[in-house]
Amino acid sequence: MLANFNFMVIFEYLPLFLSGLKSTFLISLVTLVLALITGIIACSMRISGIKTLQYPAIAYIEIMRSTPLLIQIYFLYFGLPSLGIVVPEIQTGIIALMLNSGAYIAEILRAGIKSVDQGQIEAGLSSGLNYVQRMRFIILPQALGVTVPPLLGQAIVMVKDTALLSLISVAELTRSGQTMTSERFMPAEAFLTVAFFYMCIYFCLKYLADWSQRKLIFREVY
Amino acid sequence: MMTFYFGRLVEMFPFFLSGLWMTTKVAFISLIVCTLIGFVLGMLRANDTFFFKHLIGVYVALARGTPFVVQIFIVFFIFPEWGLQLEPFPAALLAMAIMGSAFICEIVAGGIASIPKGQWEAAASSGLTKVQQLRFVIIPQALKVILPPLVGQYVLLIKDTSVVSVIGVMDLTRVGWVTVMRIPEGLMVFALVGLLYFAISYPLILLSNYLERKMAR
Repeated sequence: MLANFNFMVIFEYLPLFLSGLKSTFLISLVTLVLALITGIIACSMRISGIKTLQYPAIAYIEIMRSTPLLIQIYFLYFGLPSLGIVVPEIQTGIIALMLNSGAYIAEILRAGIKSVDQGQIEAGLSSGLNYVQRMRFIILPQALGVTVPPLLGQAIVMVKDTALLSLISVAELTRSGQTMTSERFMPAEAFLTVAFFYMCIYFCLKYLADWSQRKLIFREVY
Repeated sequence: MMTFYFGRLVEMFPFFLSGLWMTTKVAFISLIVCTLIGFVLGMLRANDTFFFKHLIGVYVALARGTPFVVQIFIVFFIFPEWGLQLEPFPAALLAMAIMGSAFICEIVAGGIASIPKGQWEAAASSGLTKVQQLRFVIIPQALKVILPPLVGQYVLLIKDTSVVSVIGVMDLTRVGWVTVMRIPEGLMVFALVGLLYFAISYPLILLSNYLERKMAR
């Protein structure tokens, strides 16, 4: 099946794959930070209880969650130039990923905050704490721990989503596989290597996610 | 200029509908196949047999750990080297089935694992065979846990069908991509494409939310 699998070519192209891996890593890291910020803002707007803030946040979250990421990427990639805004592909890609992941992160954070027992909030109220104090001292300390495993899950999804940026010719891991295929026509070597590198990232993140999950269960028992 | 392009877009609307039809076809067939394979694998995985548990575990890790684009490229470009030449449409279905059933398998296995051991034992002591235990005792209870994330997964899978456009399946995304080459109004074209996807997935998201509320009670 893989009788003529050519390892030499993979070694020859290793620098290309490693530079692809590096940019996938950097793109993911930058996007994760930006998406967290977006998610926090969207979530605060969503739960603020002020209608003028709430409705735009709901619209944003629902639109992002019910259209494919690829459409969002193309929307910005083909759409921004027609508005006269020219940005490099990589920035377009990061913005699209940020907006997409931000919506999911907002929902994860909201679920975490909702998971805090109503009695806790009432206890805070009767202790005379105001909204900010209740958030700061009662809700967030309990909610944030719960959100860590799903946030890491979202990070896994997001790293895989960066592969879609190869379709708007951002030079990342999948793109290096495409480049190698077009130069040598050895798709087996190219894409199995790419898949191998993604698996490495996946196992690291998965290990972290499982570890944080175990820690959480331990804390609950305690 | 804007109105001129808008007119052209309206003229091309049947083309969009044909893309929508293709997306629906890919989504519908692959969802059914994924659900069937996913349930079978999930039940096998929840079983304690070492062989099944780990073999399926490796498959699930491979399918979940790599991006769908890479999987599609593997199915479309590498399988021919191994003697399996596929047209874009069946290749898309095959890739969707491989990816989707892994996700559904995990949901099903998780749902079955959430049923207390006592239920298995009670079913076994009533003299039911392993298959009967699953069919009449475990699955009906596990469905309550499985259903809400399953519908959520359907939404994700429907959205993932947009990626099959990269191997040339004329789905909604591909139609948008072709159109934008002729009508250089990216915002308008992809807003329309997005709207059509929204029309398919948003009702399912609402259904998922509803099921979650209903099952939580």
